Amino acid sequence: MKSLILIIITGALINNVVLNQFLGICSFLGVSKQMKASASLGGAVIFVITIASAVASLLYDYVLAPLGMDFMKTIVFILVIAALVQIVEMFLKKTSPGVYKALGIYLPLITTNCAVLGVALTNVQDGYNFIESVFSGFGTAVGFTLAIVLLASIRTRIREEDIPAPLRGAPIVLISAALMSIAFMGFSGLSF
Amino acid sequence: MQIIIITTLVIAVIGIVVGAGLVFTGKKFHVDVDERESAVRECLPGNNCGACGFAGCDALAAAIAAGNASVNACPVGGAPVAQKIGKIMGQTAEAVEGKVAFVRCKGSCDVTHNQGNYVGIKDCRSAVLSGLNVTDCAYGCLGFGSCAAVCPQDAIRVVDGVAMVVRKKCVGCGLCVKACPRGLIELVPASKRVIVQCSNKDRGPQVKKVCSAGCIGCMLCTRQCESDAIHVTNNLASIQYENCTQCGKCAEKCPVKVITPPPGA
Repeated sequence: MKSLILIIITGALINNVVLNQFLGICSFLGVSKQMKASASLGGAVIFVITIASAVASLLYDYVLAPLGMDFMKTIVFILVIAALVQIVEMFLKKTSPGVYKALGIYLPLITTNCAVLGVALTNVQDGYNFIESVFSGFGTAVGFTLAIVLLASIRTRIREEDIPAPLRGAPIVLISAALMSIAFMGFSGLSF
Repeated sequence: MQIIIITTLVIAVIGIVVGAGLVFTGKKFHVDVDERESAVRECLPGNNCGACGFAGCDALAAAIAAGNASVNACPVGGAPVAQKIGKIMGQTAEAVEGKVAFVRCKGSCDVTHNQGNYVGIKDCRSAVLSGLNVTDCAYGCLGFGSCAAVCPQDAIRVVDGVAMVVRKKCVGCGLCVKACPRGLIELVPASKRVIVQCSNKDRGPQVKKVCSAGCIGCMLCTRQCESDAIHVTNNLASIQYENCTQCGKCAEKCPVKVITPPPGA
């Protein structure tokens, strides 16, 4: 139990997927203009990454590893994750239109989010079993949500400020993200 | 060699399984989307003004497709849009006449005085909230253009201290009506040109003091009207547009020329 909690904390803070591993930067910068949108995207990412890491882990343990097809894991994971997101989208559309409306447009966006693939591959690399993979995926996704919501709130503040002209727009966002990244480096001092 | 074959086979099997899964879920969880909804949405103007009372064009399209709104519910699109939507929904649409906004004040700088001591934010609502004296006329246009600021069509200009609606651009969404803190703007049928251009409810002498173009409530127009369309209530003439025949006799007789004449007069 203790190790599972550690996996979540490690995924969310110490090895933050955006600020420490630099995965999923595209949606991190693209969808962080507004709090609401970024929180919705974060919710969708938590949903998808948790399911994707579960499926990827099963697939790896029971299909790829026994057949010695370790080298194909990237391609297989891409294939399966893309299809999985589609299925989840259709499922949500039918069963819970409310959730679909909240997350709907972000789900296809996540299909191509490298953070999802990154988590699945990192789980394999770290030799996690099924349960550990799910927790690691969940923790990582929480880390992504944390990072994007933090950046969105910083950006809403930045918008009101008097910023030097050459830095307006994308540059100041990148600087803020870099400072966040440095701040998150503080967590790497945590050791259990 | 063997590993290549195994890999190819396994990937093919995974691909087929995934594809079959997608087809299966696609069939199983198929959601019927009302095609009429998207067709109706195509016809609507799409400026999401909310004049229909629904939250934007998407919401109105959904309501029309579900039968909760009439096909002519969009006041902006007017008759042409109503006909198109009627075709899609299989109904004949009664034409709704489009409306345009009209600012009922004629108090430009040369006819009224503006000895106001208001120096705050240049916004009508702030000016009214301040309680300070902005215009001599307590009913007149403040001229800061809060209505122009909310207009999605850029159809309102403040000329000479009075807001004016550019009829060609106005779509009748009514956002300016809500924005005017003095309630000067009303939506009038687009074909009607004869309109009383004043909102002052004071008695004649008081109106005279503050504005030379204000309605003094003399009732000459009422006597001129043959179709019982113009009445004076609270010292202010107002026209009932459904009765008005646009003859323009009231405009001719008006001593302060506050009634706009019909086109061509």
